[in-house]
Amino acid sequence: MGKVLILWLVALVLCPLGAFAQTPTTGNATESAEARLTKLEAQAADAKSSADNAWMLTSSALVLMMTGPGLALFYGGLVRKKNVLSTMMQSFILMAIVTVIWAICGYSLCFGEGNSFIGGLNHLFLRGVSLTPNAAYSTTIPEQTFMVYQLMFAIITPALITGAFAERMKFSAMVVFMVLWTFVIYDPMAHMVWGKGGLLNAALGGRFPTLDFAGGTVVHITSGVSALVCALYMGKRLGYPQTTMFPHSVVLSFIGASLLWVGWFGFNAGSALGSGGLATSAFVATHFAAAAAVIGWCAAEWIHNGKPSVLGAISGSVAGLVAITPASGFVSPSSALIIGLLAGGFCFLMVAKVKARFGYDDSLDAFGVHGAGGTLGALLTGIFASSTINPLGSGLLEGNSKQLWNQVIGVGISWAIAIIGTLIILFLVDKTIGLRVSEDHEIQGLDLSQHGEEGYYWEVPA
Amino acid sequence: MTKIEAIIQPSKLEAVKNALHDVGVEGMTVLEARGHGRQKGHTEVYRGREYTVDLIPKIKLEMVLPDDMVEKAVQAITGTARSGKIGDGKIFLTRVDDAIRIRNDERGDQAL
Repeated sequence: MGKVLILWLVALVLCPLGAFAQTPTTGNATESAEARLTKLEAQAADAKSSADNAWMLTSSALVLMMTGPGLALFYGGLVRKKNVLSTMMQSFILMAIVTVIWAICGYSLCFGEGNSFIGGLNHLFLRGVSLTPNAAYSTTIPEQTFMVYQLMFAIITPALITGAFAERMKFSAMVVFMVLWTFVIYDPMAHMVWGKGGLLNAALGGRFPTLDFAGGTVVHITSGVSALVCALYMGKRLGYPQTTMFPHSVVLSFIGASLLWVGWFGFNAGSALGSGGLATSAFVATHFAAAAAVIGWCAAEWIHNGKPSVLGAISGSVAGLVAITPASGFVSPSSALIIGLLAGGFCFLMVAKVKARFGYDDSLDAFGVHGAGGTLGALLTGIFASSTINPLGSGLLEGNSKQLWNQVIGVGISWAIAIIGTLIILFLVDKTIGLRVSEDHEIQGLDLSQHGEEGYYWEVPA
Repeated sequence: MTKIEAIIQPSKLEAVKNALHDVGVEGMTVLEARGHGRQKGHTEVYRGREYTVDLIPKIKLEMVLPDDMVEKAVQAITGTARSGKIGDGKIFLTRVDDAIRIRNDERGDQAL
């Protein structure tokens, strides 16, 4: 006690002295306060960075889960028994192929320093993609986290197309088609919408700022429209539509769709690139739209067919999730409900009515759900975007008609690139290695003819 | 009264069924079957181990018809199930003594 008192007295005596004389002692004291403040700031930034990074790594894993097993199960259940493995393989192999391309040049072409249309080659072989943030895209998460998160989008996008040519495309042709597709369509679109300086980028100075929070144009329009082109170019499956081609297991599809719904939280809420309020907003909008779309599809089906089907309910959820993808992070929960409800009804009409009317064999409805839902969602984003949710976006309902126009431009460019690019690639692959399996192989099933395996092996009863 | 048993390629079922309906066959029983005749199977490889699969998926159709319809039905089946390649299947004809409809005890051609 005595020692403390003496120290206080000494301090009291020294303080005025210091004020007069500017002794070095006082200088040190100020410095240490500043140092502590700097240290605190660094710690606060570190904590924020860790929090954001935790959510972004989780989101990356969730988005990968959408492809395998989500989409693989969803599509796998919808085909006939003899094609279940080949359909799942088409999704799974893309998890490998796109990843390798991404490391070599895909990331650079999407997010490298480039022009308005395509990124440059400065990140070739992930050069310079470090554990510190790239300020153009995020100030808190390591660029490697951003890179791996974006990779998961590049994987699922081509995987969505496989629904259009299910049960009839050669595995080798599919691999070549998809490799070319990522270069010709995905990389330019991702750069234009999300890359620094991209033509349509809303946050980083694009000429036509298109609002696309998580990939309505980049992911769903490109894949859905390319799917339609594939279905038209490649023709119908043998026996379609005279022969009934039932989904061999709606149970598998049910599990797949439920996994897609959960994974979509990573897809949309993760697109906030942080764990703050914007992520919550996107998360809530995503969930609400999916729920409303289930009701929209079921209601339409109930009125039209007299029964609400399980396949209808799960297809509705995917339609709602697709439509809210560009809008999440820009719209309120109640707008999300409206978007979902509209998407459920609209995609039902596309799949049940329009497809039958025109007679194309978009086998698993990649266009009817992703192309149609993505287009609807991108346009509705231009109507419902609210600046109170996200200062970047203000739509028609807030009197900003220019945004709706920009959305139309973004949608138009995505459609154009998807149609022209896919046609060229299909033509090239068709003329070199051929697109379709032989008639015999198609009848035998792609599991046996392409992979030499069966999904469900018949055992001699013991 | 004759029983027709036809073993065909699964992919031909839809066409055969329609052709049979067109010649007036009103009912049939369809079974998923496995088997082989002169056509041998194929090999499948699982993690490097090769398995020979010699029992191949087939469809077996069964129907019992009044005698005057049998030839028409046989022609409907051969006309649609034939690809000219090995593995197209076979048709077997057997005399049947009688038929009984369980619901009302009708017998003979009446029950078919």
